Amino acid sequence: MSEAFKPKIVAFLCNWCSYTASDLAGTARIKYSPQVRILRVMCSGRVDPAFVLKAFALGADGVMIAGCHPGDCHYIEQNYKTIRRHAMLRYFLEQMGIEPERLRLVWASAAEGQYLAESIDSFVADVQKLGALNWSANWEEDGQREEMLAEIVREHAAVMEVQP
Amino acid sequence: MISDETLRIGVYVCHCGSNIAGMVDVEKLATFAEGLPHVVLARHYKYMCSDPGQELVKKDIATFDLNRIVVAACSPNLHEPTFRRAAEAAGLNRFLVQMANIREQVSWVTADKDEALEKAQAHLAAAIRRVAGHEPLQREFVRITPRAMVVGGGIAGIQAALTLADAGKEVILVERQPSIGGHMAMFDKTFPTMDCAACILTPKMTAVKLHPNIKMLTCSDVQSVEGSVGSYKVKVRRRPRYIDENMCVGCMQCIDGCVFTKPKFPNPFDQGLGLRKPVWIPFPQAVPPVPVVDPEVCLQLSRGKCKQTCVEACGERNAFRFDQQETIEEYEVGAIVVATGFQAFDPSVIPYYGYGTYPNVYTSLEVERLLNAGGPTSGKLVLRDGSTPKRVGIIHCVGSRDANFHAYCSRVCCMYALKLAHLVREKTEAEVYNCYIDIRTPGKGFEEFYNRVQNEGVQFIRGKVADITPVAGQGTAADGGLVMQVDDTLLGTIRKINVDMVILAVALEAQADTADVRRTFGISCSTEGFFLEKHPKLAPVNTANDGVLIAGACQGAKDIPDTVAQADAAAAKALVLIDSGQIELEPNTAWIKEDMCSGCMTCISLCPYKAISHDADRKIAVIDAALCKGCGTCVAACPSGAAKQHLFADEQINEELEGLMNYV
Amino acid sequence: MSGVNKGKLALYWAASCGGCDISVLAIDEKILDVAALFDIVFWPVAVDAKVHDVEKLPDGSIDVCLFNGGIRTSEQEYMAQLLRRKSKVLVAFGSCAQEGCIPGLANASTRRQVFDTVYHQTPSTENPSGLEPQPKTEVPEGTLHLPVFYDTLRTLDQTVKVDYYLPGCPPEAERIWEAITAIVEGRLPPPGSVIGATTTVCQECKRTKHEKKIKKFYRTWQILPDEETCLLEQGLLCCGIATRAGCGALCPQVNSPCIGCHGPNEGAHDHGARLMAALSSMIDSDDPDEVDRIIREGIPDPVGTFYRFGLASSQLRRTNKTVRSNGKSRSPLPPGEG
Repeated sequence: MSEAFKPKIVAFLCNWCSYTASDLAGTARIKYSPQVRILRVMCSGRVDPAFVLKAFALGADGVMIAGCHPGDCHYIEQNYKTIRRHAMLRYFLEQMGIEPERLRLVWASAAEGQYLAESIDSFVADVQKLGALNWSANWEEDGQREEMLAEIVREHAAVMEVQP
Repeated sequence: MISDETLRIGVYVCHCGSNIAGMVDVEKLATFAEGLPHVVLARHYKYMCSDPGQELVKKDIATFDLNRIVVAACSPNLHEPTFRRAAEAAGLNRFLVQMANIREQVSWVTADKDEALEKAQAHLAAAIRRVAGHEPLQREFVRITPRAMVVGGGIAGIQAALTLADAGKEVILVERQPSIGGHMAMFDKTFPTMDCAACILTPKMTAVKLHPNIKMLTCSDVQSVEGSVGSYKVKVRRRPRYIDENMCVGCMQCIDGCVFTKPKFPNPFDQGLGLRKPVWIPFPQAVPPVPVVDPEVCLQLSRGKCKQTCVEACGERNAFRFDQQETIEEYEVGAIVVATGFQAFDPSVIPYYGYGTYPNVYTSLEVERLLNAGGPTSGKLVLRDGSTPKRVGIIHCVGSRDANFHAYCSRVCCMYALKLAHLVREKTEAEVYNCYIDIRTPGKGFEEFYNRVQNEGVQFIRGKVADITPVAGQGTAADGGLVMQVDDTLLGTIRKINVDMVILAVALEAQADTADVRRTFGISCSTEGFFLEKHPKLAPVNTANDGVLIAGACQGAKDIPDTVAQADAAAAKALVLIDSGQIELEPNTAWIKEDMCSGCMTCISLCPYKAISHDADRKIAVIDAALCKGCGTCVAACPSGAAKQHLFADEQINEELEGLMNYV
Repeated sequence: MSGVNKGKLALYWAASCGGCDISVLAIDEKILDVAALFDIVFWPVAVDAKVHDVEKLPDGSIDVCLFNGGIRTSEQEYMAQLLRRKSKVLVAFGSCAQEGCIPGLANASTRRQVFDTVYHQTPSTENPSGLEPQPKTEVPEGTLHLPVFYDTLRTLDQTVKVDYYLPGCPPEAERIWEAITAIVEGRLPPPGSVIGATTTVCQECKRTKHEKKIKKFYRTWQILPDEETCLLEQGLLCCGIATRAGCGALCPQVNSPCIGCHGPNEGAHDHGARLMAALSSMIDSDDPDEVDRIIREGIPDPVGTFYRFGLASSQLRRTNKTVRSNGKSRSPLPPGEG
C-alpha cells in the first residue's frame, strides 16, 4: 500500500443539514480532504441501499451518508429510516467481504461545518488505512478465460473446417 | 423523455471572480466538459449569476438549440433559482437545469490546485450525466386560505394575533389555559424598566378580546392538523369551562358564593403557593373574565350532588352549564403561528439545592408570585412561616449552562435574577447575595440596570453554589436557616453564607409535550428541545413546514422585547403567505407508477406527513402531492420500484454516481 | 414465421439444473403445437443435434433460441456467443440465464474454494492423488481440453446481447406459452424487455395486508403462520414484495414465504438491494442497537436470503475475492487468499 493511495469516497449529503453544513464549511474556508465527492439528496432517507452498492461497484473505496441529528430531521423522523438501512448494509457488507468500516454514517446539523469537515478527514484517513477496494477487479478472471475461448474456437474450426 | 440523440447540453463554468478561478483551472474544466456525452458547448465566464452571465445562457439556448443546462458555480442553495429563471426566460423548462457545486464544496475547501480540479471535474461530470435524465416539470402553486391561527396566548401569541388582525386578517387564537396572558401575566415587574407586567400586558389582552378579527378560544388546544400550507384543516379541542362565556358578566360572585367557604385547592397560577376554590379564576385581570370550574373537585361535577350556591349567586345571568361537554371544532387556515412558550426548569432534580426538601428554597417563578400584589401573599415577600427574610441567596444558572441538564444559557435569568434582587431589597431590605458564573446583560438598558442593582448594595459572588444545607445543630430547615456553600472565585475561597431564603434562577426549557406538539404541526426540534427554525440567522421564524411559523420562547429562551419582535416577524411572514395568495412548492414530490405497485403497503407507515394512503379498491398506494414534502424515503424503501421521485429519480441519481466515479 | 416454412427453434442449457428444459414440457400438449410451428434444431437434453450442426448454420438463421443456465465455463461462454451469432432472437430463459439463480450463489466462493470442497474435502471423496480437472492435459495422442471453470458466474446478458428475458425458476408453463405465442404472433415488446408482469407477487397474493412494522424476523421453522395475514407481517422473510409477479403467489398460498425466484420487478436490477431497502425500512425501531439486533438475530445469511437468485446480476455480482477478514465476517470465504 503506497502512501500515495488516495481513496475515492462518495458522500450522500442531505440538503437541509449536512449539505448546508458543507456549504458552511466552504463559506468559512475550512480546508478538508478533497477525496470525498458529494451527491446531494433532499434527505438521508432518500439514500437507497442500491446507491451505496452502486458506488462501491463503480470503484468507491468508502461511502458516507450524512444526515440531520436523530430528532432533528427536517422531515421529522426520516433519519431513523437511514439508521435502519445503515444497519442492514453494514451486516450485508461484512458477509460480502467489504469491511463495514468503509460505510460511515455521520450526523451533522446545518451549523456544524467544522464538524463535518473533521468527520470527512477522519473517514478519509480510516479508509486510507483499509486500502483500495478496487471492486471491479473481483470480476476479472485470471487470463485463462480468453485463452480457452480461443482454444475452443480453433479446435472446432480445425475439426469441422468451419470458419470461426 | 428526450431520446439520447437529441440531448444538447450547454455547460457553463463560473470563475466567481477569483473565488473559483483562483483555485480551479476553469479553462481546463470547461475543456474537460466538452468531452462528455451530449455536451454541445462548454464556456467559462467571470460571474455567471450576473445579468451578462445569464444573458449568455439565454442566447446560447436560442442559438444552439440547447435543451439542458449545467452551471458549475456556487451552491444550488444560493443560485439555482437564478439559473432556472434564466432558462425559463429563454423558453426552456426551468427544471432542465442542474448546478455543480465547485465553490463551497471545491475551491473554498481545497488547498491543492490539482486535487481541486479533479474534484471539480467529478462534480461537473456528475451534473452533466444527471441533467440528461431530467424531465420538464410544471411549477406547483397552492392557494392560501386567508385566515391565520395563532397557537398559544402568551405575549408572543397575543402580539402576533394583534398584528395579523390589525392587518385585516381573520385570526383564531387558541390557548390551553382558561385565560390568555401566559407566563408574563405571572410576573410582578419586568426588567429593565421595572414596568409592572400586568400594566403593560392587560391592555393587549383586552385588545385581543375586543378585536373584531380575533376569535379567542381558551380552555382549548389543537388536537390535529391535516392538509398542508395554504389550507390546513385544524381540529381544536374545546374543553368545558362549565360556564357560558356569553352569559357570564365577570362579577365573580359565584366564587364568593361557592359551598367551599375557604379556598382549599392549590392554585397552579400561583405555582401551588396559593389556594383556590373549585370555581376559580387564575388572576383578577384574566381574559376572558370568566371563571372556570374544576371538574375533579367541584362537588356537583365529581359527585353529582351539591347545593349549587354558585348558581344561586349567579342569579338572573344563569351562566352555569354543568352539562357542558368537550367538543371538537374544525377550522381551515392558511398559516399557523406556534407560540406555545416555555416551561420553567424543575430544580427538584438537583438534590443539593434542596428544592422540595427545605421549605424556603424557591424557584424564581414562585417568588414572582409572592412579589405580585395579586399573588398568594398579596405582594409581601415572606417565608413559609410568614416572617420576612433577612438574608436571601439567589443562585444563577440553575439548570442552565450545565452539562447535566441544559448546556445552553437561558438568556433571561441574569436579568430576572437582578430584578428579583432589586425587588427583594426594595421590599424587605434583606441582604441579598447573587451567586453567578457570568453576568449577561446585553440588552438596552440592561447593563445600566446591573450597575443600579450593584449600587443598591446587592452582593455579587462569582462562583457556583455547591449546596444548600440547613444550619448545623438546628434540625430540619423548618427550624432555622440555610447555609449556602459557594466557591467565591474572585476571593479565591469557599464561603458558607447563612441565608433565610434561597431563590433558584431556573432555566427556561421547552414544554414537556414539545415532542407531541411538534409532530402535530409537522415541525422539528433542535437538540435543546425547542422548535427548530428554518435557518438560525436568515429564517428564525420560519420552520421546515412552510405554513407554520414559530415565535417567542418556544423557539428558544428569550426576553419580552425579543419575543414581541419575533411575534411581529412571524405575523409578517404569515402575512407574506396569505397576501401573496399562493405559494410555490418545489416539484420534487414522490409519485406511484400504478402498474408497478402491488399494494404491499411497505410505504404507508413511512411518511410523517401521511401523504401516502392505501386505495382499498384499486389495491395500490396513492400519494397526495400536496402533502408530499419530497424527502424520498418511501422511494428508497419501495421494493417494487413503483414509488418514484421527480427531480431525484433513481435514474438521475444513478447517472450522477456514474458521473462522479467514471471520468476522474 | 407461421405457414408452410417452419421456424427454427434452439434450446440450450448452460450452468443450470435442467428444470427449465423440463418446464418447457410443462406446457403439456401444447408442445405439439410448438413442434408444428418450429424445427427444433438444437436441444441437447431432447434432440440429437450436435454443436457442429449449429456451427454450420448461417448466422441469424435460428429464429428463436431459448437459452437457460448461467455462464460458468468457457464452453458455456462459447455456446452463448455461438447461439447469439446464429439466432435472430435470443431469450434468456429462466432465472439462471437472467440473473444467475442458484448456480450464481457460487459467486460467494472462488474456483479454488469450489474445487477444494468438491474434489478434496467432502467426507465421501477419496482422492489420494489430488486429481482436479485441468483445462489442458497432454496425452500421447495430443492435447486434451476441458472447459475452464470461472471464478465468477456471469449472466447471459453479461456475456452477449440478450433480446428478451423470461423470469422464473423455472418460468411458469402459462408464461412460457404466452411468450411463445407472442413470438409467433409478432407481439413482442421492445428488445431488451422482460416478458412478464410489471408488478410484484403481492398483487397476486390473497393474504390480507396492513402497514408493515416488524419487531422480529422468524425462520420458517420457528412459527406456524396464520393462513390469512401477510407472511411478512408475521415476521417471515417473504420476498414477494420485491419479486416480479407471474407465478400466482403459489408459495405464500401454502404458507411458504416467497424466496424470489422470479427476480426483481421491472426496472430494478439489484433484487437484494430492493429487499434490503424495504425490509430494513419496516423494522419498528429507532434505536440503532435494537435495529442491529433484530436484523442479526432474524437474518442469519443476508447474501443467501436477499440474493438467493440474483447474486450474479446484482451490482456487486460476487463476494470479495481478496478477503480482508475482520474475524466477525460470516463470509464463507476463509481468511487469506480466495
